[in-house]
Amino acid sequence: MLIDRRLINNFDWLLLMVVLIIASIGVLNLYSATFSTYGGIGQRIYVKQIYWVIMGLCCMIASLSFDYHKFQSYAYPAYFINLFFLVVVLVIGRAISGSQRWINLGFFSYQPSESMKVILIMVLAKYSCLNEVKDGYSLRDLVTPALLVLMPAVLILKEPDLGSAFILVLLSSIMFLFVRIKWKTLTLITISGIAAAPLAWHFMKDYQRNRILTFISPDNDPLGAGYHIIQSKIAVGSGQFWGKGFLKGTQSQLKFLPEQHTDFAFSVLAEEWGLMGSLVLILLFLILVLWGLNIAQRSRDQYGNMLAFGVVSYLFLEIVINVGMVTGVLPVVGIPLPLISYGGSSVISTMISLGILMNISMRRFIFHSAGSGQETS
Amino acid sequence: MGVNSLKHSDLLDTYDPEEHRLRISIFAISMAVVLLLLLVHLWYLQIIKGQEYKHLSENNRVRFLDVLPARGLILDRNGILLADNRPSYNLAVTLEDVPDPDALVANLSKILDMPAALLEERINKARNVPFKSHRIKSDIQWDELAKIETNKLILPGVSIEIEPRRNYVLKSAASHMIGYLGEITLPQLKSGRYTINKPGDQVGKSGIEKEWQVSLNGQRGQRQIEVDAAGRELKELSHQDPIPGNNLYLTIDIRLQMVAEEALRGNAGAIVAMDPRNGFILAMASSPAFDQNVFVRGLSSGEWKDLVNRPDHPLENRAIQGQYPPGSTFKIITAIAGLEKGVITPDTRLSCAGSYALGNGVYRCWRKEGHGSISLNRAIVDSCDVYFYKVGQKLGVDNIATYARDLGLGQVTGINLANEKPGLVPDREWKVRRFKESWQKGETLPVAIGQGFDLATPLQMAQVISTMANKGIIYKPTVVAQIEKVGGGGVTKIAPEVLRHIDASPRNIEAVRNGLLGVVEGGTGTRAKIPGIKVAGKTGTAQVIKIGKIRLKLQQLPYKYRDHAWFVAFAPYDSPEIAVSVLMEHAGHGGSTAGPIAKRVIEAFFALKNNSKEWEQTLQALLKNYTEDPGDLANQFHEARSHVD
Repeated sequence: MLIDRRLINNFDWLLLMVVLIIASIGVLNLYSATFSTYGGIGQRIYVKQIYWVIMGLCCMIASLSFDYHKFQSYAYPAYFINLFFLVVVLVIGRAISGSQRWINLGFFSYQPSESMKVILIMVLAKYSCLNEVKDGYSLRDLVTPALLVLMPAVLILKEPDLGSAFILVLLSSIMFLFVRIKWKTLTLITISGIAAAPLAWHFMKDYQRNRILTFISPDNDPLGAGYHIIQSKIAVGSGQFWGKGFLKGTQSQLKFLPEQHTDFAFSVLAEEWGLMGSLVLILLFLILVLWGLNIAQRSRDQYGNMLAFGVVSYLFLEIVINVGMVTGVLPVVGIPLPLISYGGSSVISTMISLGILMNISMRRFIFHSAGSGQETS
Repeated sequence: MGVNSLKHSDLLDTYDPEEHRLRISIFAISMAVVLLLLLVHLWYLQIIKGQEYKHLSENNRVRFLDVLPARGLILDRNGILLADNRPSYNLAVTLEDVPDPDALVANLSKILDMPAALLEERINKARNVPFKSHRIKSDIQWDELAKIETNKLILPGVSIEIEPRRNYVLKSAASHMIGYLGEITLPQLKSGRYTINKPGDQVGKSGIEKEWQVSLNGQRGQRQIEVDAAGRELKELSHQDPIPGNNLYLTIDIRLQMVAEEALRGNAGAIVAMDPRNGFILAMASSPAFDQNVFVRGLSSGEWKDLVNRPDHPLENRAIQGQYPPGSTFKIITAIAGLEKGVITPDTRLSCAGSYALGNGVYRCWRKEGHGSISLNRAIVDSCDVYFYKVGQKLGVDNIATYARDLGLGQVTGINLANEKPGLVPDREWKVRRFKESWQKGETLPVAIGQGFDLATPLQMAQVISTMANKGIIYKPTVVAQIEKVGGGGVTKIAPEVLRHIDASPRNIEAVRNGLLGVVEGGTGTRAKIPGIKVAGKTGTAQVIKIGKIRLKLQQLPYKYRDHAWFVAFAPYDSPEIAVSVLMEHAGHGGSTAGPIAKRVIEAFFALKNNSKEWEQTLQALLKNYTEDPGDLANQFHEARSHVD
């Protein structure tokens, strides 16, 4: 494909910088999280994470190298392929820690629930463009997109991956809110949602119920399910202002932290770098989110606008749920922190969504000129 | 762009830039607020509660482990080791490292010869602490240890932990005096006496081990270690060495002790040998004895009950806890009291017609035909009862009691051994207090000859005879001669402690001593005579019950009604070096049964002093009763050199 000079000029260097800084912090933190002075789990985790980041950057470049409007044509096929993979994972997925979330591709374990998040954003963005409404969605308008969300969500819930299913639902809800929903409809959904909560409780697995109960009161079971929350809070809290220093976190180095290179990676950072470290990382995420919304705002077409907003919401939700979970304000649901937690699927889907954001960012002027040209015609 | 761009243009119809900007702003502000709220929560955790969590994280990683101090050694006066610490091997299992618990139970059950069910029960207790090693069996035997070491490959997760344990080198030697260890009890922990001890500690339960607990125990050290989440030790953060307990050199000569124990073997009784020049105990035997190592190994409740309920009470230290009527050995006191109160002089002659009538009662002399008119000296030599009835009658019970107390009866001697009994010295006030009745005249007569209400321990009688030997000085009986601080801390010698001089003139004491010499030279105690050594002593036969007028022969009486036999003696007469008190329960006449035993002890004492060759062989023969490996100890005995004088 031809590379327009304007594309290079409009390239979003700020976004790339922020992403690279966050990814570097993530790798450094993983080095510490798996360092282990006393032998133990693989020290090569951080090296693998570097590979994932590089591979993710390639995916990012790939996803910004062609006009994002082309995603529209591929959104539904990709969605159904992904849906198929979600079924596959349920049938033959490799069992990891009690849940089937992976398809082993040899060089890496593909997690279809991660890619589904990005693909769903594209599908919903496309749907919102095709079904533009002036004064918000009514209940009838919501039936199709709700089905689009619930099909993968239920499959993911079956894996069972409560956190990812939850993210899908939340993500799409935020996107619908952004497109606007009729007040009447919103009230109806809220009330029926509250009414359905006991039903959801009924269908939950024991460990999922435990997590919610433990979240409500971790001290009830300090050695069982509450252990993770308590140890994570101790790790975060004991970091105090300046932190214990790189590789000096006792909670992490001595393995009091659970899943410290994946879901609880932030606790390692907070313990070793203190409030200062947490502040820097959260502010970087804040810059990412606000810059992403800025991109959404500046993109003057509905599709780019929705796509950018969806990507930002996705990143925002993962950040809030993960940090909330390791600091004890949200239940432990197993959501990774973008670019900080170890994991190929997470890094790659994060990088692809950031690539989409850049794609929108660098093409807004092209579209703007094209759009205005058509307006005048 | 073609088709696609056309679509976009359609969509843009509804596009309102202002409204769009507003919506984005609302979401931007909301998201920023949520992220800032996360920061506020982090600030709360890390700053407001930071110190608290820091403390919790330290608690997580730091463990304090005690390092037990080596308990002080116990040695005899010649430095021969009596109690030390041996390594004990405990079998432990770390469940986390056991792939197949059932196979482990089967294998261990074979090696340890333990029922599988019991093993399984103990291993199951480890389930709560799978990462920690959990003790399955304490103090395993050598052959078991060897089997476990050779079978290590089929016993994954099994480890051997080493722990110091008390070892009594000569099993059962001086067992009552040395005592034994046991796990500290809750009341002991609460008593405030055991401030340096913690639950699970082994502390002295009787004898010197108990009485010198604080000195022997030492100070525990501490290791501060870092552990990981699984409780595995990672590194040592700090280390404070324990301070070992003090070594105690006893006043006893273990060789003399063994002779005394051998002399008592087969009889219930006690022997106390004392140095009359300083009150140091040279030997203290109580029979029957017990093997203290059994307590170290740990007794089952059944074994414990058996020991406690045995009719011959092997755990009782008869030398300080056995209270017996002193019998005729008490006449020493009646004589001193009579002389001091002026009731008699050494030359006063009183007549004995074989019995003495007072009121309605007739009080007999042991010699039916009587002794005729005799002096004090003769009365002591022949142990005439009537002479002392008359002296006692003239003195009254309170005067007798005064002198009995002066000589140390009716009160503990203050020896540093646990559970010493005071004996009993009756007087008028006691009778009223005890029976709410006034003293009867006739009751004074048995008291004067050591029967009736009188009770004394063998140690007290040793003190009485020692006071006669040293002409009136009461020493506090002492069992520990010196305390050695380990690691160049120096040696503290225990100085002899004079409690008091008895209230008696040298002339009167001499008169009684003279009588005591006569007892052995040509009286009731000739069985204790030793060629070449002037021995003085006094026999005693303590009635257990009143049998009526006719005295039956010993063999005709049931065992528990037979008389106790006493003999107290000192030697050499002119400058005494040893005072001995012998008591044999239900052994009959003192002169004939206890006398030879006192002789044996005194003989041994002088033979050991002179390094007699023939005694060495006797001792070697004795050693076989105390150890399986007598050779090394025999050498030690040969080279024994006093650490005490």
